[in-house]
Amino acid sequence: MRVPVDWLGEYVALPEGVTGEQIAADLVAVGLEEEGLHTSGVGGPLVVGRVLELTPEEQKNGKTINWCQVDVGDSNGTGEPQGIVCGAHNFAVGDLVAVILPGGTLTTPQGPLTISARKTYGHISAGMICSVRELGIGEDHDRILVLPRLLPAEVVAGLSPGDDLIRVLGLDRETVEVNVTPDRGYCFSIRGIAREYSHSTGAAFTDPASLPVDPGVGEGYAVRLADDAPLEGVPGCDRYLARIVRGIDLTRTTPEWMARRLTEAGMRPIGLAVDVTNYVMLALGQPLHAFDLDTLTGPIVVRRTRPGERLTTLDDVDRALDPEDLLITDGGERILALAGVMGGEDGEVTPGQTTDVLIEAAHFDARTVGRTARRHRLSSEAAKRFERGVDPDVTAAAAQLAVDLLVEHGGGTADPAIADVDQRADRPAIDLDLTMATRYVGVNYSFDRVRALLTLIGCEVVDTQDPQRVSVLPPSWRPDLTDAPTLVEEVARVDGYDKIPSVVPRAVGGRGLTHAQRSRRAVATALAGQGLQEVLTYPFVGADRFDELGLPEDDPHRRTTRLANPLSDEAPLLRTALLQTLPEAVLRNVSRGSRDVALFEIDTVTQPAGELQAPVPGVGELPSDEVLAEIRAAVPAQPWHVAVMAAGQADRAGWWGRGRPVDVVDVVGWAHAVADALGVPVERRQAERAPFHPGRCVELVLADGTRVGWAGELHPQVVQRLGLPARTSAAELDLDVLVAASDHRTQVAPLSTHPLATSDVSLEVPRGVRYGDVEESLRAGAGELLEAIELFDVYTGDQVSQDRHSLAFRMHFRAPDRTLTTTEVNTARDAAVARASQDHGAVQR
Amino acid sequence: MPAPDGDGSAGEGGAQDLSQESIEGHVAAALRAVGAAGDLDELKQARLAHAGDRSPLALANRAIGGLPGSEKAAAGKLVGQARGKVNQALAARQVELEAERDERILVDEAMDLTVAPGRRPLGRRHVLTVTAERMADAMVGMGWEIAEGPQVEAEWFNFDALNFDKDHPARQMQDTFFVDPAKAGLVLRTHTSPVQARSLIERGVPLYVAVPGKTFRTDELDATHTPVFHQLEGLAIDEGLTMAHLKGTLDRLAEGMFGPGIVSRLRPAYFPFTEPSAEMDFRCFVCRGVATDPACRTCGGTGWIEWGGCGMVNQNVLRACGVDPDRYQGFAFGMGVERTAMFRHGIADMREMIEGDVRFNAQFGMEI
Ligand SMILES: [Zn+2]
Repeated sequence: MRVPVDWLGEYVALPEGVTGEQIAADLVAVGLEEEGLHTSGVGGPLVVGRVLELTPEEQKNGKTINWCQVDVGDSNGTGEPQGIVCGAHNFAVGDLVAVILPGGTLTTPQGPLTISARKTYGHISAGMICSVRELGIGEDHDRILVLPRLLPAEVVAGLSPGDDLIRVLGLDRETVEVNVTPDRGYCFSIRGIAREYSHSTGAAFTDPASLPVDPGVGEGYAVRLADDAPLEGVPGCDRYLARIVRGIDLTRTTPEWMARRLTEAGMRPIGLAVDVTNYVMLALGQPLHAFDLDTLTGPIVVRRTRPGERLTTLDDVDRALDPEDLLITDGGERILALAGVMGGEDGEVTPGQTTDVLIEAAHFDARTVGRTARRHRLSSEAAKRFERGVDPDVTAAAAQLAVDLLVEHGGGTADPAIADVDQRADRPAIDLDLTMATRYVGVNYSFDRVRALLTLIGCEVVDTQDPQRVSVLPPSWRPDLTDAPTLVEEVARVDGYDKIPSVVPRAVGGRGLTHAQRSRRAVATALAGQGLQEVLTYPFVGADRFDELGLPEDDPHRRTTRLANPLSDEAPLLRTALLQTLPEAVLRNVSRGSRDVALFEIDTVTQPAGELQAPVPGVGELPSDEVLAEIRAAVPAQPWHVAVMAAGQADRAGWWGRGRPVDVVDVVGWAHAVADALGVPVERRQAERAPFHPGRCVELVLADGTRVGWAGELHPQVVQRLGLPARTSAAELDLDVLVAASDHRTQVAPLSTHPLATSDVSLEVPRGVRYGDVEESLRAGAGELLEAIELFDVYTGDQVSQDRHSLAFRMHFRAPDRTLTTTEVNTARDAAVARASQDHGAVQR
Repeated sequence: MPAPDGDGSAGEGGAQDLSQESIEGHVAAALRAVGAAGDLDELKQARLAHAGDRSPLALANRAIGGLPGSEKAAAGKLVGQARGKVNQALAARQVELEAERDERILVDEAMDLTVAPGRRPLGRRHVLTVTAERMADAMVGMGWEIAEGPQVEAEWFNFDALNFDKDHPARQMQDTFFVDPAKAGLVLRTHTSPVQARSLIERGVPLYVAVPGKTFRTDELDATHTPVFHQLEGLAIDEGLTMAHLKGTLDRLAEGMFGPGIVSRLRPAYFPFTEPSAEMDFRCFVCRGVATDPACRTCGGTGWIEWGGCGMVNQNVLRACGVDPDRYQGFAFGMGVERTAMFRHGIADMREMIEGDVRFNAQFGMEI
């Protein structure tokens, strides 16, 4: 809401010399946040000058400039004429003009410009003779402002060279722009803002709605409120007031002061009728509508839409109407307007044609107007106000103000008869415990203080038999005051939030972070410690990403959640795995020159199970257990995942030696680091799965077989399709599975201090046998004395037959209670080899 | 290779001169050789020549056996002392030369490490997750617990449970991502506040929880907006909680994030799920609101920086969550993690935080 300061000052006593900045600060204190401060952008000295001499000088480029001597009185400090070069020609010797002297400022399309004396065209030009556009009071750039052509003669008569022009030209005017929260519809008016300013500062408020209202003689224009389908029990219109002004000349121009206020408030002057209704709306917050009386054939009937009805609204859009839309109709048939939102083509006033006008000042239901505005995507100024609540008591005053302005500036006469169909329900009073404000806010408000503050904002406070309780009737313009806490807010707000003390509450005492929360931090820290960078990618993907990743048609990762209103039609789906969105981050780094890139992300992914629907039972009431269960069940599963993706060098090259490219072993290692960080043993199983290289992928599982995730090199085709660096490798694990598996207290085994015995074996096995399976057999065969085992070499070549290879394992044995003998070690080793032979046909070399 | 000095040397078969002059001559020759040994190899040669099996003193020692019994004792003593002297000198020189060698190795092995950043640089956490953790830790320090909830959320939890009437303009102002089809009743949560409702229903009262998390609005990405962002939400419901407790909590959190003495300020505002409601600012941590710097670039000279929204939990929210509003009351607040991080670290462009450029992360430590 833009608030021109001089307009505000008409309704509330502003202190002498108050600035827009101070007003904005005072409004912030009562909850109207500053959005901006608009000024003319012209700063003095800007003075009256009389042109004494004007010498045209033709330049080499063919342009003629004028070298002028201008009398600016004593304003330049010397009293001597000011020498100024001017390129315009629409003025002459003797003219009174506006001169900006060195030190003054103008606002140009390029930004603020400070005027200084400068050498140009062979002269020292000390200032500027201003054009209307330079001063921001007109569009005509070339024309110099010659004061008698703009200002009334009596004003010009009082001017002499050197007089300040900032105030005379209205360039000191300021407009404060504030943000109005959706509960304060009444602040979409200067009246409402003025009242708030008064609450904030104590300045005297003069209600512009308390103007003399004609009593109304006779019936007035026929109006029928015929809403047969109120929304949520509230009629669409509970007050409709119609007034008629006849014989107006709508071709007359809007008075300059009104046009300026409209412009400053952000509305474009259009024509007298529209300007007057807009002006009243801005002043009092009551949207009005003007109809051409001659085009009306029957009574005004306010009703809901019938099936199949359409309306072409003033924005030239033909709209199919909804049964919930409330209409203003001519005689019940011809549709004139979407009530409180926008008019149609029929019944509109036409300057030069319309002479008799019917002014509608009505009160429409916020819900009805809001739904219609949203349904038709029509956020008009009227709808914005009705949707947030318009004061139903201001209707008559608003109509009166409009009638007065039309009569004054359009020259018509008002009909003495006024139609006022008033079916408003009584506003309910609110029962208030006078101790509540103190209990809620933590400031000690006396009962009298509470009463006084509520009275100040316009409430009627009525005592009850209980001295601690009062009955509070909120003012008509505050439909947002609906229960006791809303009144408490008013008490705290008007008393001042700055009075609230600071007290740290004593919480009941928490148990610290949960295991899952600590676990996720541990995983992130472990991966960062391994050299990976944490990133946060957007979760939006397109279906083509699933194709690029080579996911089969029946891959569960294709079952996803779609957004109804995605930011981009290219990415309307929510990721089902983090690897779907990590490629962009890798690519961005590579394109910016960071080619060695190892990233990780920890977040939830969305994995919907089916087509469930979450009920939306409404506000203020706890749903039944069944409904709550239904709501919870419809929310898709969103497990926490961790994913890594890496390309480029794992070890840096340098003078110390060569680098080492990141490979699949790194990625498997990082996957293990995640599990190790949580102390969860995982096993690897060779796997074939998109988006990984079919021969370079491993599935990680818990001891009980529960799947944790996959690690591997990305499929070369995936790499190619996504444009990733060759051999990009990746892993993705379900963190929830790991966290659940780690949620126990590790119990330690005592450490044996007896010596370690080591024995190496080389086993020839057929090529198809997995290393991990051979290791598993050795482990099983060796028994409890085996402490650790590692595969340290794989040999293929002349020494073994073509279809076999030789695996060299080192086995470490230790007993808890004694030093092992060579015989014991050999026995265990032989048992291990025997098991491997039995399981896999392994032959010891 | 220097030969054993002196003229007393003789073959094994030769007659041994066991005179004192002769023995002393051997010793002198040995000590000269030991002293002249410049490295451990030369010392080894000297040891062989003067203390080895075939050295003159060893031969002399062996010759003692052939002496008449009366001379054995004196000769034995003479030769024994001589050998002792030589061995002592050898041992001492050995220590000297080993020390010299060790020192030389250190010099030879010296490396210029002024350009050696390591083979594997450390990775980093993301500033937003670490900031959120820091905020959460500040709340845990006040005795609160940390709660979480889903990003794809039921409309009821995101709006209705929080007293956003379906026709209220505030609901439309949330710029919500809706899940298709609309009848699914699901949205991407527009704030972390639905976790308030979930926590109240699941945990009951009294309740002190903070909720860090990812949230979504249909804003296009630019320097100051991102469709995906993070909030930290706080909710305290107990008997007797007031706005003063809200302010105390915010002050403590502001200190935790921006340093000692940084306090909050409340301004009236409107949110459907709180009543009374407030916007919270924190005291500019650069100029600390000192009026001497009207040109402070951090706060624009106002001395305050907008942080988030807060208020006393609306009674309708308590009712929707099965809590008796006549007995329990409390407060809620929420602020942007991005905004907090931007102010803490002077990040001017939101995009730097979401692009995943590793150079951005590299500017931070693991703890920020
Ligand atoms: Zn500052």
